[in-house]
Amino acid sequence: MTKELQKGKIVRISGPVIEADGMRGAKMYDVVRVGEANLIGEIIRLDKDNAIIQVYEDTVGLKPGEKVISTGMPLSVELGPGLLTNIYDGIQRPLPGIYEKTGDFIERGVEVPALDRNKKWHFKPLLKAGDMVNGCDVIGEVQETSIILHKIIVPPDVSGKILKIYKEGDYTVEDDIALVSTDKGDIKLQMMQKWPVRKPRPIAKKFDPTLPLITGQRIIDTFFPVAKGGTAAIPGGFGTGKTVMLHQLAKWSDAQVVIYVGCGERGNEMTDVLREFPELEDPKSGEPLMNRTVLIANTSNMPVAARDASVYTGITIAEYYRDMGYDVALMADSTSRLAEAMREISGRLEEMPGEEGYPAYLASRLAEFYERAGRVRLLGSKDREGSVSVMGAVSPPGGDFSEPVAQNTLRIVKVFWALDADLADRRHFPSINWLKSYSLYLDEIKDWWGKEIGKDWLKLRNKAMALLQKESELEEIVKLVGPDALPPRERALLESARMIREDFLQQSAFHEIDTYCPGKKQYEMLRLALDFSDKIQHAVEKNVHMDDILAMKSCENLARMKTVPNREFGKRFVEIEKEMDKELEALIKRGD
Amino acid sequence: MSNKDIEYSSVSEVAGPLMVVEGIKDVAYNEVVKIRTASGEERTGQVLEAFMDKAIVQVFEGTKGLDTKNTSARFIGETMKLGVAKDILGRVFDGTGNPIDDAPPIIPDDRRDINGNPINPYAREYPREFIQTGISTIDGLNTLVRGQKLPIFSGAGLPHNEMAAQIARQARVLGREETFAVVFCAMGITAEEANLFIKDFENTGALERTVMFLNLADDPTIERIILPRMALTCAEYLAFDLNMQVLIILTDLTNYAEALREIAAAREEVPGRRGYPGYMYTDLATIYERAGRIKGKKGSITQIPMLTMPDDDITHPIPDLTGYITEGQIVLNRGLHKKDIYPPVAVLPCLSRLMDRGIGKDRTREDHAGVSNQLYAAYAEGCDLRDLVAIVGEDALSDRDRKFLKFADEFEKKFVTQDTHENRSIIDTLTIGWKLLSELPKSELKKIDEKYIEKYFPKKDKKE
Repeated sequence: MTKELQKGKIVRISGPVIEADGMRGAKMYDVVRVGEANLIGEIIRLDKDNAIIQVYEDTVGLKPGEKVISTGMPLSVELGPGLLTNIYDGIQRPLPGIYEKTGDFIERGVEVPALDRNKKWHFKPLLKAGDMVNGCDVIGEVQETSIILHKIIVPPDVSGKILKIYKEGDYTVEDDIALVSTDKGDIKLQMMQKWPVRKPRPIAKKFDPTLPLITGQRIIDTFFPVAKGGTAAIPGGFGTGKTVMLHQLAKWSDAQVVIYVGCGERGNEMTDVLREFPELEDPKSGEPLMNRTVLIANTSNMPVAARDASVYTGITIAEYYRDMGYDVALMADSTSRLAEAMREISGRLEEMPGEEGYPAYLASRLAEFYERAGRVRLLGSKDREGSVSVMGAVSPPGGDFSEPVAQNTLRIVKVFWALDADLADRRHFPSINWLKSYSLYLDEIKDWWGKEIGKDWLKLRNKAMALLQKESELEEIVKLVGPDALPPRERALLESARMIREDFLQQSAFHEIDTYCPGKKQYEMLRLALDFSDKIQHAVEKNVHMDDILAMKSCENLARMKTVPNREFGKRFVEIEKEMDKELEALIKRGD
Repeated sequence: MSNKDIEYSSVSEVAGPLMVVEGIKDVAYNEVVKIRTASGEERTGQVLEAFMDKAIVQVFEGTKGLDTKNTSARFIGETMKLGVAKDILGRVFDGTGNPIDDAPPIIPDDRRDINGNPINPYAREYPREFIQTGISTIDGLNTLVRGQKLPIFSGAGLPHNEMAAQIARQARVLGREETFAVVFCAMGITAEEANLFIKDFENTGALERTVMFLNLADDPTIERIILPRMALTCAEYLAFDLNMQVLIILTDLTNYAEALREIAAAREEVPGRRGYPGYMYTDLATIYERAGRIKGKKGSITQIPMLTMPDDDITHPIPDLTGYITEGQIVLNRGLHKKDIYPPVAVLPCLSRLMDRGIGKDRTREDHAGVSNQLYAAYAEGCDLRDLVAIVGEDALSDRDRKFLKFADEFEKKFVTQDTHENRSIIDTLTIGWKLLSELPKSELKKIDEKYIEKYFPKKDKKE
C-alpha cells in the first residue's frame, strides 16, 4: 500500500519549532522527517499550506529551504518482546543502540529500531487454527526475562478467526506467527505491534481499585497508601528527595512490571538506575529488578520537544503490559518538566499564555495523562484484569505548591505525598509531611489490610495520625512555654509522637534492611509504638517520672526496630515487647 | 557562489542586542555571523531565528555603533566553534575565544562545536570517587565526588570566591597523585575578583594547568551566553580526549541568566517567572549536564558553578532552577558570615546528592554516613532550640535540650569554622565530628550503627 507522502520545505526555524510550507494534506500529529539530517519531528499545527513542527532533535545548522517529508503516521511505539531491561530515549530509540552508532555523545538523525530485528525469541502458541480471537486475546507466549512471561496478544483492533498459527519455535519480532481472517481481510500477525502514543489502548471497563500497591515504604503503605491502578503525585522543592522516593517505589513496589520515565532530569540519575537495578533483587522472585523494568530517559539536556513524547511513550508501554494482565507501575520524574516543555513550545507558537506562561491546555493534558492509569477489565474473550498505577513527581518552583502544575495535578490524583524542605533539612527522610499529605484510597483498601495483615490496621493507623495531629497542636504551646511546663500526660504524648516520627516514619533508603519494610513488619512496628504510647500514659498517671521512662533500655530497642532483619522480626519484637512491659512495671512499682 | 563570500548590507533593524538582516538566502539556524560596522570594526553574532529571506542575529559585542545603512553581515556557514589543542593549558581567552595573554594564537588540533552533544546516559559512568577538598562542611557533610556538579549558592559580599579558590587549591582524589586541571570561566565578575583567582593559581603553581575564559564586568554582556559553552567544550576536550581530571569553576551564573533574560526581552518572548525566559531550565541544563564521567574514559569533569542569590533568596528562579539540575548545593549564609565564621556554610539547606554512593568503607570510612546524618540531625535540633530559647529562656529547657543547644554552638565553632588555608583530611573531619557528638547522650545517637559507636566513640574516661 503506497501513499503519496507530503513533501514540503522549511521556511522558518526558531529553536525546536520549525515552520514548513507545501504541507497541505499532512495530518495533525503526523511524524515528519526534517532537513538533510533527517531529524524526527511532529506536526503540531496546520495553517493552510503551512505546518508547524516540533522537532525532537537539536535544530542547530538547519536551513530554510531544506526538505520536510511527512511519514503519514502518528508518533508510535513498537511493542513486543525486548522492551524489558532496555533504556530508551523519549521517542523510543534504544540508548545502547545509539551508543553503538555514535559513541559517548548522542548525535542527531540516528535511526535505531526500538526492538532488535535480529534477535530470536522462543514463541509458544496457546491457540490453534480455527479458534476465534478478539482484540487483546493471548495467542501465545515468550519468556522475555526470567520473571516476565511476555504474552503475545492480538492487537486491540483485530478480531476474527485464526486461519493459521505457527508452531513453537524461534522467531524474530517481524516474523509472521499467525494469520487471522477478519472482516477487513486476512491479517498477518507478528510478535511486534505498533501503537500511536497519544491514543490510549482500549479497555473493556474500569474498576475501582481495591488492592494496595505495597511499596515497602512505611509512610506510604501505612499512612498514605496508593492502590494498584491508582494515581499519586509527589511534589517537592529540590533536595527534598523526590527522585530517591521514586527510585524506592520503582525498586520495591509489588507491581510486576515497572516503567521508569526520567523526564527532563539528571543524566546521572538514569545511570544510577542502570547501574543499580541489575544488582538489586526483587523481594518476591529473587531475580534482578532490571528484568521487570523499562527505562525511558529524556534528560534535561536532551531535546525539549521529546519530553512530552517520553511520558506518552512510557504510558503506552505500560498499557501494553497491562493488556497482558500484569500490574504495571509507572513513575514519571518529573511532570513539571513536561509542563515546562509545553510552555516552551507554546511560547514559540506565540499562543496566548495562561497562568505563569503555561498554555491554557495544561490542565487537560495532565488529566489525559493521569487518566490512562487504572485497574481495568481487559478487552478480549476471557475475563482478565490488569492495572497501571501512575506516580508523578512535581517540581514546583521555589517549593511553592500553589503554582499551576502542582495545583492542576492535585485536582486529578488521589494521593498526595507532600515533600517538606524543613524535614529534608534535618535529614528526616522520606520527607513526606504527614499533616499535609493525604490518600483517598484508604477506604478502598482497608479491607485488604484488615484481612491480610491485621484486623485493627485502620484503627491503629488513625490513632497514630491523631497522635501526630495532637503533637503539632502541642508544639505551638511548647514554643511559648517550653516543654518542662507541660503536664506529664502531655509530655508523654509528645514522646510517643516523637517515637512515631523518628522510629516509624523515618526510613533510610540506603540501609540494607530498612530500605524495604514488609507490610506485616510495618503493622507490628506501629502496634508496638502505640502500645508504648498507651503504657507510658498509664505509667505517668501512676507518677512515674518521664525522664525515667526515657532512660529505659526499651526506648533504644524500639528505636532500632526498623533495622531488625525482615526474617526475624517476629521473634525479636516479642522480646522487645516483653522487656518493655517488664521495665515499665518495675518503674510503676518503684513509684508506688 | 557560497554564502561565505557574500557581504550583505541589508540590515533592516537593530534593537537591543539583536539585529535583523533581510534579503538573504541559505542561512542556517545558529550559524555564526561576522558583522562589520560603519567604522570598519568587526563583531561576531549568531542566528537566533532563520527565515527564507531574513535572519534575526544576536550580536555578542553589543549593537552600539551599528546602523541600518553601512553595517554589513557575512554568514560564515558554520556554527560557533572552539579550536582546541594540547597547548591550550595555561592560556587566557576572551568572551569570543580569542587569546588575550599576548602569546600567539593556538594551532588547533580540532575545532569543536561549542554547543556539544548530550552525553548518552547509557555511556555515563556513575560518579563515586571521593574528592577531598579539605573543607569539613563539604567533605564530611556534603561530599563532592569526581564528575559531580555542585554549585555554591552565595550572596553579594560573601566569600564564595575565597571558598572556590580554596577548593581548586586543595581538591585531591584520595589515594591518587593526580591533580586537577582547572578551567576557569568568569562571566561578568569584576577584574578584582578575577585577580583573586589568577593570583591564587600563580601562587600555587597551578597556572600552567589552568585555562581561563574571561568576560569581565565591563565586557559585552551577550558574550556571556557563549562563554560557558566554550569553557565546557575546552573541559570536555581535556577530560575525554586528554584523559585529565578537570575542575571547572563557572562564576557568576547570575550574570549569565541576566544576559539570557536580556535577549528574551529583546525578542519580545512570553516571559516566565520574574521575566526570565520559560526555557531557562533547559538552557541551564545544557550547561550543567556537561559534567560527569564516561565509561572507559579516564578523565572527568567536575563542575563548581557559583551564583549570587539576588537578595539571598533561594527561591529566586536562578538558584531554584539550578538546584533542580545540579547534584546538590552548598549554601552560604550571611548570618554566619557576620559571626565571622569562615566558610559561612549554612549546613542545613546544603546537599550533595552523590554523597551516599561516594562514601563509606573503602571510599572514606565506614562510619561516615552515620556521623554525617547524626551531625545534621543534632545541629537541626540545636537550631530549633535557639528559636525556643529566644522566647522562653534557657532555664526552661531540659538537660537534654541544653546539650543540643550547646552542640549547635560548638559545631559552628569547631566543625564549620576553619582557616582559608587549612586543609583537613577526611579522618580529621570525622574525628572532630565524633568529638562533638560525644558531648551528647549516647542513646541519642540513633542514626549511627551500634557497631560504629562501639568502635569510634571517643573513649573519654581513659584520657581524663
